[in-house]
Amino acid sequence: MSETSAQPLVRVENIHTYYGKSHILHGVSLEVGKAEVVGLLGRNGVGKSTTLKAIAGLVHPSQGEVLFEGRAITQLAAHRLARLGIGYVPEDRRIFRLLSVIENLRTGLDRHGVTKVRKKELLDKVYEYFPVLAERRNQAGGTLSGGEQQMLAIARSMMLEPKIILLDEPTEGLMPRMISQIREIIGVLEQEEVAVLLVEQNVPLTLEAARRIYILEKGMVRHHAPASELRADATAIHQYMGV
Amino acid sequence: MEIAFDQLLIQTINGIVTGMILALVASGLTLIFGIMDVVNFAHGELFMLGAYAGVVVLAATGDFWIALVAASLLIALLGAVIYLTTLRPLLGRDPLTTILATFGVSLVLQNYALWQFGPVARKIQEPFTGHFTLFYLDYPWYRLVIALLSAAIIGTLWLFLKISTFGVWIRATTQDRVMAQAMGIPVPWVLTVVFAIGAAMAGASGVLFGPLVGVNHAMGLDWILKAFIVVVIGGMGNLAGSIAASIFISLLEAYASLWVSPAQAIIVSFVVLILTLLFRPTGLFVPTPK
Amino acid sequence: MRLRRSTIYWTGFSVIIALLIIAPFVLPEFWRRFVTEILIWGLLAMSSDLLIGYTGMVSFGHSAFFGLGMYGAAAALLMVKPPSLWLAIPAGLIGAAAVAAFVAYFSTRLRDIYFAITTLIFSQIFYVIIFTWTEVTGGENGLTFSRPRLAIPGLFSVPFTSETLHWFVLAAVTLSYLVLRRITQSPFGMVLQSIRENEARTRAIGYPVERYKIMAVMLSGLFAGLAGVLYAIQNRFAAPDFVFFVVSGEVVIYNVIGGIGTLVGPIVGAGFFLLLREGFSRFFTEYYLIPVGVIFVAMVIFMPQGLLGFARRWLNE
Repeated sequence: MSETSAQPLVRVENIHTYYGKSHILHGVSLEVGKAEVVGLLGRNGVGKSTTLKAIAGLVHPSQGEVLFEGRAITQLAAHRLARLGIGYVPEDRRIFRLLSVIENLRTGLDRHGVTKVRKKELLDKVYEYFPVLAERRNQAGGTLSGGEQQMLAIARSMMLEPKIILLDEPTEGLMPRMISQIREIIGVLEQEEVAVLLVEQNVPLTLEAARRIYILEKGMVRHHAPASELRADATAIHQYMGV
Repeated sequence: MEIAFDQLLIQTINGIVTGMILALVASGLTLIFGIMDVVNFAHGELFMLGAYAGVVVLAATGDFWIALVAASLLIALLGAVIYLTTLRPLLGRDPLTTILATFGVSLVLQNYALWQFGPVARKIQEPFTGHFTLFYLDYPWYRLVIALLSAAIIGTLWLFLKISTFGVWIRATTQDRVMAQAMGIPVPWVLTVVFAIGAAMAGASGVLFGPLVGVNHAMGLDWILKAFIVVVIGGMGNLAGSIAASIFISLLEAYASLWVSPAQAIIVSFVVLILTLLFRPTGLFVPTPK
Repeated sequence: MRLRRSTIYWTGFSVIIALLIIAPFVLPEFWRRFVTEILIWGLLAMSSDLLIGYTGMVSFGHSAFFGLGMYGAAAALLMVKPPSLWLAIPAGLIGAAAVAAFVAYFSTRLRDIYFAITTLIFSQIFYVIIFTWTEVTGGENGLTFSRPRLAIPGLFSVPFTSETLHWFVLAAVTLSYLVLRRITQSPFGMVLQSIRENEARTRAIGYPVERYKIMAVMLSGLFAGLAGVLYAIQNRFAAPDFVFFVVSGEVVIYNVIGGIGTLVGPIVGAGFFLLLREGFSRFFTEYYLIPVGVIFVAMVIFMPQGLLGFARRWLNE
């Protein structure tokens, strides 16, 4: 198992979370390096989304630490973390349905210290990657198709100029054609040196896109290996995912 | 009983004037409810204290317009304080607790006003006292100005929400508070500011309305009731709805006063409310979701 | 263990009742009336707890039930000579029941905040009607009437003395408490609580939630009306002020201060609030409601379970 040589961008150390009385995460530890694409696999309900939420600050672990660029961010508020550079794209997208496409993008764009010029650059870049969004820029988010909403959700978090984007099941409910588009987008993010922590049920996509993969089961990391290893020998995947 | 056309017209204008002030009060209430699910029982008291603040600043400066602006700012500040001390700690708890907390605050504010200013009503002088002749009546210009000003304030709010960055933040937070946070929007700050804005609108209404009636510590009670009715009829959280409902209700009451006493005219509003709840519970102007 | 718990409970209960019985002998007249008033407001708060604490329906309409109980009794006492106690009680209850039926209908169609606001508006509707319909209700000035005699037809008839009135109220309130306690601990009460916990699930299991809600509102309204009747008898007047929605708000305050879902809590809450008000009014003269209000808000924030909230489970066994 390879070690990340420099300090990891995100390090999760032994976090435990509860939902009421339910113990969801039983001591999850993982790492994402700078500009690295890391996959998080596991069956439904094992705590993958919760792990992402803990990193994004939407859920605060009762034990353990989350570190971002070496700094403990465990109890910080979610909006601070977004400004620090953690982007979050939730399951079922959750774009602002009553806001137009451009207004959705603005929620990430309108930040301190971003010049008008830079804003235009970012917008142009995103319209280049997602021409559909350019077409529909004044339409209400709720009128977009599922795949378009997914693109908007990702584009929106790119407006934050994040150092890492947490992607929660981006291909869920999408047609196969769109799935390859998601693959492309992940490639683009990698190019832009944005790290990605990808939670997915779609194993082949994850095997292809990620460099390393963690497998979660019942709130704990059960397996951790480079994707190349798992591509060659998928026993672990059959074991934990029943695929 | 024959109703003369001129009486009808006068009542129409009266209805619109009252309606616009009610709209200003109700907008603040519905804005607060829409973004943070808080039913602000103390809203009537913010209206009342706005009027008193107007009295005080007017006495000090002699200028109505300065009083209007100063009172609005003061009440905005009061609103922020109320939010930070009593509502923020209750975030995430049962919505019943916010109703109770704001009810308690309204008790405190009412009695504070009684304590500070005494039971005798005060008066705010209109900024100008011209009349124009409307049939047999000398109709004060001031009343028309109130309606216009209220419309202007609401219009500014609407523009603000539509165009400005903060307006986008407010709208995003209203739709999905969690994702707004995930997008870096400083939600706690947004909530505080929205409450302050709602409070300021109530305070401004108090000053504007002051010259029409006496300013006393109980004046908030009537208005909170009407504001609630209007907000429910217009659809909770629906800004346009509450404005339309305010005018609609005020017109109905104005017309009703041609036949019955004003105290009884409010029954009209009650009837409309009951009908709305029976047939279109999400609001008269909002299509009921299937 | 179970035996001990219930003996503790009943012992405590008996002690309190005994204290309340001897109160008129021990306390000066002012305080005697004060205790009687606490009992009456406590009954009102208790009736409201059935809705708020057990069914999870916040109502600001109890001033309407109370008011109509009061006016109903007033009507009976004024229209029938000589004034009859046993006519006044049902008259008041019928008045309250009529309002309750009205509110109950809406309770099934509205939830939560809408229901709360609607009940508030209803109590205002009744306030306006009572206030303006001067010929019938005496309008602003209300109605005054004489106190009926404590009579069991055929057996005896004596005027109420200060002591006997207190005991009569005590009996009525105690009886109501026992009945309400029986109700909340019965299967019916269990369903109400399940509605409070999770209405959708209760409905999914198959209970006709609407019917239970209507029953809850009716029961709540009846006991609130009884409180109104008792008040009318005690004070010999009926006034629209009691129908004003602020009274409903105060009732909810008693509930929260005392602890919702405990039945006894609201009575304690009423006592606490009234004592606070009495005490503060001596120091702060007219503006005593300011510190009282501040204390209330602080309690909502820091002690939401109320004074007796910690004992809630225990009290309901």
